[in-house]
Amino acid sequence: MTFSAGKYDVIVIGAGHAGSEAALASSRLGCRTLCLTISMDAIALMPCNPAVGGPGKSHLVREVDALGGEIALNADKTFIQMRMINTGKGPAVRALRCQSDKRLYQYEMSGVLQREKNLHMKQDLVEEIIIKNGQVKGVITLAGAVYWSPTVILAGGTYLRGRIIMGDLNYSSGPAGYFPANKLSDNLRSHGFELVRFNTSTPARIDGDTVDYSSLTEQVGDEEEYYFSYMSHGQKRPRLPCWLTYTNTKTHEIILENLDKSPLARGEYSAKAPRYCPSIEDKVVRFTNKESHQVFLEPEGWDTKEIYVQGMSTSLPLDIQLEMLRSIKGLGKVEIMRPGYAIEYDCIQPKQLELNLGVRGVEGLYSAGQMNGTSGYEEAAAQGILAGINAAMYVKGRAPVTFSRSEAYIGVLVDDLVTKGTEEPYRILTSRAEYRLLLRQDNADLRLTEKGRKIGLVDDQRYEKFIERKNQIEELTEILEDSVINPGDEHGEKLLEELSSSPLKKSMSIGEILKRPELDSSHIERFLPGSEKYPRDVQEQVWIEFKYEGYIKKQIKQVENFKKLENRKIPPGIEFQGIRGMRMEAREKLQESKPMSVGQASRIPGVSPADINMLLIYLEQRRRETGGNEDEGG
Amino acid sequence: MYIDDTIAALATPLGEGGIGIVRISGPQAVDALEAIFRPKTEKRIRDFESHTLYLGNIISPRDGGVIDEALVAIMYAPRTFTREDVVEINCHGGSMPLRKTLEAVLAQGVRLAQPGEFTKRAFLNGRIDLVQAESILDIIRSRTHEGLRAAVDNLEGSISREIEGIRKQLSNILALVEVNIDFPEEDEEAAMGPGELEDELNKAAHEITRLLEGAGKGKILRDGIKVVIVGKPNVGKSSLLNTLLREKRAIVTDIPGTTRDIIEENLNLAGIPIRIIDTAGIRETGDEVEMIGVERSRKSLKNADLALIIFDITTGIQDEDGMIMDLVGDIPHLKLLNKIDLMDRAEELYDEEFIPISAKTGAGMDLLEKNIGKIIEMDNIIGDQPLINRIRHEQALQRALESIENAKKSSEVGHPLDIIAIDIKEAWSHLGEIVGDTVTEEILDIIFQEFCIGK
Repeated sequence: MTFSAGKYDVIVIGAGHAGSEAALASSRLGCRTLCLTISMDAIALMPCNPAVGGPGKSHLVREVDALGGEIALNADKTFIQMRMINTGKGPAVRALRCQSDKRLYQYEMSGVLQREKNLHMKQDLVEEIIIKNGQVKGVITLAGAVYWSPTVILAGGTYLRGRIIMGDLNYSSGPAGYFPANKLSDNLRSHGFELVRFNTSTPARIDGDTVDYSSLTEQVGDEEEYYFSYMSHGQKRPRLPCWLTYTNTKTHEIILENLDKSPLARGEYSAKAPRYCPSIEDKVVRFTNKESHQVFLEPEGWDTKEIYVQGMSTSLPLDIQLEMLRSIKGLGKVEIMRPGYAIEYDCIQPKQLELNLGVRGVEGLYSAGQMNGTSGYEEAAAQGILAGINAAMYVKGRAPVTFSRSEAYIGVLVDDLVTKGTEEPYRILTSRAEYRLLLRQDNADLRLTEKGRKIGLVDDQRYEKFIERKNQIEELTEILEDSVINPGDEHGEKLLEELSSSPLKKSMSIGEILKRPELDSSHIERFLPGSEKYPRDVQEQVWIEFKYEGYIKKQIKQVENFKKLENRKIPPGIEFQGIRGMRMEAREKLQESKPMSVGQASRIPGVSPADINMLLIYLEQRRRETGGNEDEGG
Repeated sequence: MYIDDTIAALATPLGEGGIGIVRISGPQAVDALEAIFRPKTEKRIRDFESHTLYLGNIISPRDGGVIDEALVAIMYAPRTFTREDVVEINCHGGSMPLRKTLEAVLAQGVRLAQPGEFTKRAFLNGRIDLVQAESILDIIRSRTHEGLRAAVDNLEGSISREIEGIRKQLSNILALVEVNIDFPEEDEEAAMGPGELEDELNKAAHEITRLLEGAGKGKILRDGIKVVIVGKPNVGKSSLLNTLLREKRAIVTDIPGTTRDIIEENLNLAGIPIRIIDTAGIRETGDEVEMIGVERSRKSLKNADLALIIFDITTGIQDEDGMIMDLVGDIPHLKLLNKIDLMDRAEELYDEEFIPISAKTGAGMDLLEKNIGKIIEMDNIIGDQPLINRIRHEQALQRALESIENAKKSSEVGHPLDIIAIDIKEAWSHLGEIVGDTVTEEILDIIFQEFCIGK
């Protein structure tokens, strides 16, 4: 029996990392939002690593932050250690990563959600989406409640027909022992959506009191204080170390001897697992010449003894898990608190989505996060905020919001998913971004805060802080451009000598001088007394722009060319099958992906430059036949 | 994929001598002209009247030398075929200067146009109508098929295979760079040692340089067709060369085995530049100096575009002749029957297989030249399309090399990996243009295959 339980502007299904951001975005944009979660205890759960950030991921986190999202602030409030990685590999790929206190992370995020005034949190399991005449109407839950809404955001994570696999044991379950959502998949299929099945695995959590730390390498975070959000500066948090150990030939023997006990290794499951996150079984089988693999022991928080065994994700039976862990140095007497497992789940083939994360063909339906075939909390959060924004835009009758590959990693992520689809759980990587020197984590705020302000998610406090930082950057840039040192200048020459930098042959601005290989941002204050008043991040930002000016200009030029193709819009409703002269394969690929621009079409695998020429000609013919009324956008 | 960059191509087929036109279209057309044209009037190029011819010299950007005298016209948009700025350069010095002019234009960052591309632009920019557009559809459609055929050819064509090899090399370098960037701390073995990147870049640069300078097709592009004269000792190879050059250069004696060094001369045949090479007589010999000569003959034959095999009509076909035929193998060749001046009514011996000549009197030279011209056209050694493809290859290689050099420079001045990766990616995509590929997926495939990822 069902009953009518209320009317909302936006309903978000799920309260994980995608659902949280989506619900916060739509409610902050003034929409009466309902967020339904399988368990109020599972809000912002980290069922795999207790960590946020890394290459590409920290870029996403800072972008979500610039738009007014929550993940950066929450990570800054709850970390147990913070590290800047890739520091020697360049400004584009430098990335912040933190280990989080898992429980605290959930607790803090749950608090933020509960305090949000337009947001209503409820525990229930959604079983059906109501769609009538291509328009979303609401959802029906396990308890029989019917919630009405013109927009629904799917953010179901790995819960859809979730199945946990550990050796020959397998059972229906969501992650970390929560309920699965078993009926929603069939309901989505009945609406005509294509689902795919993915698989991912997680390691055991061990009892920290049973580890012999004396033989392990300690890994502490950075001394220097880094934060994901520029809004978090000044907060201090106590730190916890991680530990490094290694597998050995004994471990590998145990794994190889027991491979037949892993149905995954036996190839009995067809769901695709991520190549970048293989189980320890996979690593041992595939890299037979490696005698050991790194294992990082990561505490899950201050108030728990549980330790995450990074690098050892597995779906072997529990007894073998214990045997293999105990063969590792420092873990001889270890006890497992939670076993590792593999989980299989349904998700939407993301080619069915549009760049605003709307599900094609259904008004008001959006989808975000692991539901769209991605993995990772950061990827989920990025999609969550975008879906939340667009549900709100739809409700308010405003134009949809999308991000270009040339302005944000969010754009790269969504465009990849929508244009190419994915064959495995998708993870963001800096190598996926063509213009990564422009899309740095240090300038995420400069790239996106104005956009976030226009959308309406950037509050006054954030905006003022942003304007201040932006002004400081412009001011310092100008001073460094205008301050010229002449050959023979006493202070300047002395300083150059001291820094082992050759004397000046002609007058040069400090900005130019700072491009020299032996100099970096830390020397700004030496050349320009008084510049201490600019924060470190401002100095760094300004220096990067000077130092890599040539390369930055090169990428800006590439972006200009890229935009020309992006701006050639493809009008909706084109029958790609009917394009004469185009190869059949290309027509089928285009019909499936339904690109919205020529640029997007050009990125679809299997579509060649010659096919794009045919498309351009077809569009021009069509434009002329329809009297040139359609906006070609070129 | 570009839609409005500047493109150039030969607007007339590459044929015998006469006038040829290089056409440039796009926003940088006039810039490119400024860089290579020295007008004979006082007027600055920027002040040229639109749609008006001006006389001047085309200057080589490489050495500043004059390539050709030419008439040029700038046609400013929109009153042009493509509705973009168009420059037309009318050369009249034959195929070589025409080609050099095109190369000079391309060196200004202009891209070689695809077949049908000018017409495509004319249509997309609203210059021509639907009926005319039909013909472009055909051109581009056939290009799609051609592309497929070329892909098959590429598998066999050594240059394409070598370019593919270099691209693979760059993919591996990129994978190494990217695994270090995107998966730090994950596979310790992936960590790059000092100088490792530079070594890899040097290897790739070396390969490209070898390909550009090597005796392969790239050399034809710069130096013309390579014709090698072979035959047993004293068959009249040097005499033939001399007759062709109409000057005595090689030492001609009656003692077999006199020509021990390879003699090389340039001549122009039917507007096509030809490098003609006289080899030492090929035969088994114990003489050490002559051995070197025979070895050189074998070597020069290896890179030959065309071989002229000379037989002696007075001795008939001998065992040594058979050996020489084997050496020539698949190389396009002509068989010449020399010394007809020593026989009566020898001209009548001409048939499909042998060309009767007398190197001494010059008899049969017209026939020989005509046949050389024919085989060059027939075997497409320098047919229009293959030549254009070669220019395309060379441009791609040249640009890739520049990008690799930039990457090396970046590395030398201590730029970090992410900066160096920009240049390597650029090099990759210059080569990738040939086969039309995208970089990210390929790199990721290598990373997941080669490195143990998964922290």
